[in-house]
Amino acid sequence: MSLDLAVIRAQFPALHQQVNGEPLVYLDNAASSQVCRASIEAVRTFEEQDKSNVHRGVHTLAQRATSAMEAGREQVARFLGARSSDEIVFTRGTTEAINLVAGTLGQSFVEGDEVLITHMEHHSNIVPWQLLARQRGIVLKVAPIDDRGVLDLAALVGLIGPRTRLVSVVQTSNTLGTRNPVAEIVRAAHDAGVPVLLDGAQAAPHEAVDVAALGCDFYAFSGHKVCGPTGIGVLYGRRELLAELPPWQGGGDMIERVSFQGTTFAEPPARFEAGTPNISGIIGLGAACDYLRGVGFDAIAQWEAELLDAATQVLQAVPGLRMIGTAPDKASVCSFVLEGAPAADIGTLLDMQGVAVRAGHHCTEPLMERLGVPATARASFAFYNTMDDVEALGRGLHKVRKILG
Amino acid sequence: MDAQELIETFELLDDWEDRYAYLIELGRKLPPFDPADQIEANRVRGCVSRVWLTHERRDGRLYFKADSDAFIVKGLVAILVGLYSGRTPEQIRQVPIEQLFEQLGLSAHLTPSRRNGFFSMVARMRALAEVSS
Repeated sequence: MSLDLAVIRAQFPALHQQVNGEPLVYLDNAASSQVCRASIEAVRTFEEQDKSNVHRGVHTLAQRATSAMEAGREQVARFLGARSSDEIVFTRGTTEAINLVAGTLGQSFVEGDEVLITHMEHHSNIVPWQLLARQRGIVLKVAPIDDRGVLDLAALVGLIGPRTRLVSVVQTSNTLGTRNPVAEIVRAAHDAGVPVLLDGAQAAPHEAVDVAALGCDFYAFSGHKVCGPTGIGVLYGRRELLAELPPWQGGGDMIERVSFQGTTFAEPPARFEAGTPNISGIIGLGAACDYLRGVGFDAIAQWEAELLDAATQVLQAVPGLRMIGTAPDKASVCSFVLEGAPAADIGTLLDMQGVAVRAGHHCTEPLMERLGVPATARASFAFYNTMDDVEALGRGLHKVRKILG
Repeated sequence: MDAQELIETFELLDDWEDRYAYLIELGRKLPPFDPADQIEANRVRGCVSRVWLTHERRDGRLYFKADSDAFIVKGLVAILVGLYSGRTPEQIRQVPIEQLFEQLGLSAHLTPSRRNGFFSMVARMRALAEVSS
């Protein structure tokens, strides 16, 4: 069950390079992971041999492109444990997936209706609801967290009321790594008859997702964080719910029949995929999903837990360093602040040593305000990272302290 | 500040650690910035660090004051203020800033991005020079 890291790292061409004269240590996986060879090859095959439009042509290339794209939908359905590939809608990413729900389900909300989120949401699960608040007068409710970055589950459940129309929560926090008790959240919401949207952008790369077992109504994630291409993402929607939703964007491929007297719309998922889709992205994403399932999430989770433990120890040994986000149940994400060292400087000075981390507010400004820090540096690990990478981070930070003196 | 002198100083420094330490030192020597001026209106847009810029015009010359909450950016800002402040718009336009940063080995900081506060600051200083001419 353990991973052969040499074999795995050979599948990621981008890892094998030097940055500023040092071997690259890539610890910005929560922002974007590197692309696996299987995904690169699948995209290349499409571009070199099958490039054509889908769902339209009768010629051979169009048939091959359509088959490859719909195979991608099947691969994603298996990756998520969906009952049918009809439940998989392709989007540009998690952000667009959430906007799609706001732009369809959200159009039935009326003034005073409530959407419930948490204090640790990414801006992409805040701003679409704020836009809806402006357009339709809905109210955004926010469940609190404690100083460790742990969700107050009881408070969240207590906020589910007669006007709650949707619970939309992050499964794993991009800034803190906190893993939320989403199964309990889904149960509590469903007891009140409220649908649940899970932002899985930071969970899908780290654990086996089973939407059928979770029972969630919507699930969103991004291709570029699961070793696939950028610009492609997924909205899973429970079939019965998708069928009730109105169309979102209008155009080709989402219609049944168009006339100036009135147009009828296609069944899901086509109803939500207007225009020529990101065919190569879908094919690349499908290949990445299969690759990750092949590596196995049990082994991935086990190795990432070891990396997280080691990184936490190495970081806590740096004088003046304080971890931000100390939930007991965390994904392999380490946010921290260092006394006398602004996050931006940490990021720049680590980069000079070949170590890539993120610095800033991580698109979670309300969370940063709640925790009382303007910005953090964040090292986020993927299963292809090594214990040497952890050591390089520690050495790098000691040098940062020396330079900033 | 003299651009040639700056290049020569940087050449004397052995490695990137010394160059960045010197850059941070330049930032520390920047004239103090009035905390009352650290307001939204003076902020130059950036995602990772915060940068503030104020200016005045006297006798056809532009005088800049600036600050940042990150040390390296503040050092970069010090170079800009040193090169631009007290100059005429025409002189500001003639400073070959990209070439200079290339020679200093700092050109990565000029990545054209709206989210890069330092890049935005160069753009704003130049725009102010354009308006004045």
